[in-house]
Amino acid sequence: MSERARLVMFLAGGAGLAALLGWALAGLPAFGAFNGAYALLINHVVVAQRAATDAVTAVNFDYRGLDTFGEEFILFTSVIGLAVLLREQRGEHTGPSAQTSDEHRFQGSSQALRGLTLALIGPIVVLALYLDSHGALTPGGGFQGGVVGAAALLMVFLGGGYMMMRRVSPHGMVELAEASGAAGYGLVGLGGLVFAGVFFKNFLGGGTPGQLVSAGTIPFSSMAVGLEVTGAFVLLWTEFLDQALMVSGE
Amino acid sequence: MKAIQIGLFVLLALGGLGVVLVRDPLRQALMVGVYGLLLALLFFVIGAPDVALSQIVVSTVAVPVMILVTLAKVRSQEAGDREGEDPGSRGSGG
Repeated sequence: MSERARLVMFLAGGAGLAALLGWALAGLPAFGAFNGAYALLINHVVVAQRAATDAVTAVNFDYRGLDTFGEEFILFTSVIGLAVLLREQRGEHTGPSAQTSDEHRFQGSSQALRGLTLALIGPIVVLALYLDSHGALTPGGGFQGGVVGAAALLMVFLGGGYMMMRRVSPHGMVELAEASGAAGYGLVGLGGLVFAGVFFKNFLGGGTPGQLVSAGTIPFSSMAVGLEVTGAFVLLWTEFLDQALMVSGE
Repeated sequence: MKAIQIGLFVLLALGGLGVVLVRDPLRQALMVGVYGLLLALLFFVIGAPDVALSQIVVSTVAVPVMILVTLAKVRSQEAGDREGEDPGSRGSGG
């Protein structure tokens, strides 16, 4: 096809695409237009029904707890699958020994970076625990808090090297955290089945809205999910870092 | 639409353009993080702080780390290819 023919085809196709896009954009609802009856309903009843002041977390961990259960196990199985795939395989071997690998820092690591990460680890851990435990009260919840918690361990890697990260988060413990978090969330659901007859029904009393211990099972769900997500992300990163820093192929 | 929202939309368009135009993968990883942070700010301004938090942690922490680790793996493989048959000697110079 000559250059000219291709240009003509592109112009025709581009004009058609632009026309269709313009047509579609003209039919969009106005900016900020909202038509979600279910969300408005939840906003009205959530404090009275569940004593939770963050409607999003209440939907995630209570009204639609079963959906979150499915999502959680998507994360769980995908990380397990990744761990299985990235294990040291035949033809690969562990490269430098533990000591040399700890000295084997990435380019650009400096005292300033180490100092900054050291200063940040504590606040990040506190922020993660805050997000995990206050899911029912303020924006946040298990997923966000979980990834923030994993970021604290990433800070250990940035400031102290890979072996230090492995020392503060041994593989077995990370796997245990991931598995027990996933199991804990399942147990909250089973508790609903046992004590209230419905899977994931909020079987604890609501308490006073705005208190740390309120909203029934939501804080427990949130913390279980937080533990699972922290474990999942740390496992994910250590598997990838293993591949990048320790294991070399043929 | 408020001025801050319009400003963020404009910044987002520029940020997206930046991610595409930057050609070095390392800088691209950083640009993706910046772009994700802008997106998180937009979510926050529009009134979705929960989504903004998820956006911050995934897009500025999790995704750039995965990209950087992948780059490190690719580079160490290339270095191993250049050094020849004995990849075990790598890193001992530390």
